[in-house]
Amino acid sequence: MAFSLLRPFPVSARVRARIERLEIPWNRYGLDPYGVDREELAHFFSVLEFFYERYFRVTTAGLRHVPARGRAMLVGNHSGGWALDALMVLASVFFDLEPPRLAQGMVEKFLERLPFTAQATSRLGQFPGLPDNARRLLEDERLLMVFPEGARGTAKRFFERDTLVRFGTGFVRLALETKTPIVPFAFVGGGEAIPTILNLDRLGKRFGLPYVPITPYLLPIPLPVHVVLVYGPPMTFDGTGRESDETVRAFVAQVKTRIADLIRKGRAVRKGRLSVSALEAPR
Amino acid sequence: MKVIVTGAAGGMGRLVARQLAGAGHRVLGIDVRPWLDAPPGVEMVVADIRKRPAEDVFRTRGADAVIHMGTVTYLTHRREARSKINLVGTQAVVEYAHRYGVGQVLFVGRHTYYGAAPDAPLYHREEDPPLGVHTYPELADLVAADLYAAAALWRFPEVATCILRVAYVLGPSGHGPLANYLSARRVPTVLGYDPLFQVMHERDAARAVATALEHRLRGVFNVTGPAPVPLSVLVEEASRPNVPVPEPLLTRLFGRFGFPRLPRGAVAHLQHPVVADGKRFRAATGFRYEVDLPDTMAEFRRAFPLDSAP
Repeated sequence: MAFSLLRPFPVSARVRARIERLEIPWNRYGLDPYGVDREELAHFFSVLEFFYERYFRVTTAGLRHVPARGRAMLVGNHSGGWALDALMVLASVFFDLEPPRLAQGMVEKFLERLPFTAQATSRLGQFPGLPDNARRLLEDERLLMVFPEGARGTAKRFFERDTLVRFGTGFVRLALETKTPIVPFAFVGGGEAIPTILNLDRLGKRFGLPYVPITPYLLPIPLPVHVVLVYGPPMTFDGTGRESDETVRAFVAQVKTRIADLIRKGRAVRKGRLSVSALEAPR
Repeated sequence: MKVIVTGAAGGMGRLVARQLAGAGHRVLGIDVRPWLDAPPGVEMVVADIRKRPAEDVFRTRGADAVIHMGTVTYLTHRREARSKINLVGTQAVVEYAHRYGVGQVLFVGRHTYYGAAPDAPLYHREEDPPLGVHTYPELADLVAADLYAAAALWRFPEVATCILRVAYVLGPSGHGPLANYLSARRVPTVLGYDPLFQVMHERDAARAVATALEHRLRGVFNVTGPAPVPLSVLVEEASRPNVPVPEPLLTRLFGRFGFPRLPRGAVAHLQHPVVADGKRFRAATGFRYEVDLPDTMAEFRRAFPLDSAP
């Protein structure tokens, strides 16, 4: 086996049981056709279990909106100096959805260049964000995770937390083309977990990163705070993916509005002004 | 069918020639190297494809098809000679086929055409451009030969031209760059990277070439076998010690301390995947691989045990 930073961590019994229930076609090597590695996933989720269940206080709501099987696109906001939100989404659909699913993120290219992250992302099914990859995974009925804000989203500073920056439009075209439902979600509390005060772009370039986030305690280590993850009802749009920019931008605006609304609800839950059961109640 | 096979005395060339002769075709092999124990049904002509005697074979003997496998990699030739053999040789084959009425040209290329890059798609389709030419000059002339051969599709529409981009082959013959890499005493990998590799048994590859010929394919096709696996799995299956080395140190170890000799550009191929989508070829021919990866690797292990490694 390749040298992996995750291997020293033992696999928990709960993770082992849930890995077995993932509906992924494994071959004799425990690999799927894209090189996702069952053992590596088991070690990864065992580490993630600690952060999802103990380190952070995580409130997850609306998971019933995530389809149990078949293609779907989880689309949400970035919150926090790096993609902590993606890890929490991965954990929520693996630990709290029945049957468990593997969310497959569309990652930034710089992670594919760097050692260790290049290896980890490809074994864990987190692939470069190319339209071709997204289309292939959706046509294979996988669960895609998309952050249309991209690296602009993780670069939000503390005072900009829970705001939304410009959304890319490619995800809507793909959803139209592949007839994929979009499940909007909001992640709240990432800004408090990793309170960025400034981003060092030059230093980042040195290391092949888009920037290095600096917190009041310097390092972007997340604090053990309360974070809230809220999923909303799926949105489907009719079309072919070849629509005019205005049409697509209007669809994107609808998704963005929905996510902004979910962020408001998530903030209310985080502040204790709204109960999770109120969120879960069908409207 | 009468088939001219260039590079017939090479590792893959022999397999393809045998496969065709076994299927009842008459094979005329052209190679600068002799093949002394060529099987019945295979007639060898020792000649350089770029020279007159090779053209004479096309002119005087004629053929229904030509399979061009007379390309070389960094393993056997230095850059300038290699580039001439690959490009001028391909030009000669295409021109002779047109001039002497050979109805079918099959160019056997490599899936490494696409190159290894961090932003490469999970599966390359035939339309994808080559991504690695700037990082791997050793690959440039093979990419150019592939594209040159493909140009025959519009230059000579009367010839059925087919470009095959075949995944890495492995088997008991020990032919090819991957076999060279995996048969070393120590196999170097790049620390923190474990790219996907796509490997098929050499017999399956030879069958695929024969299948393409019999279907008279026209166009560009990826030829693949079992699903790709990470490089670490291949090294383990070859029962070799996997030695992860930080990237900056790696090229210094090539050819020393039992590590294989590799060009600098090969490092990118140890970091990033090259995976091709073989769907189009399967759909056009119904081709299915016969040897699964564990069996391929077992055969390789038996043919190249660690204690016989250089």
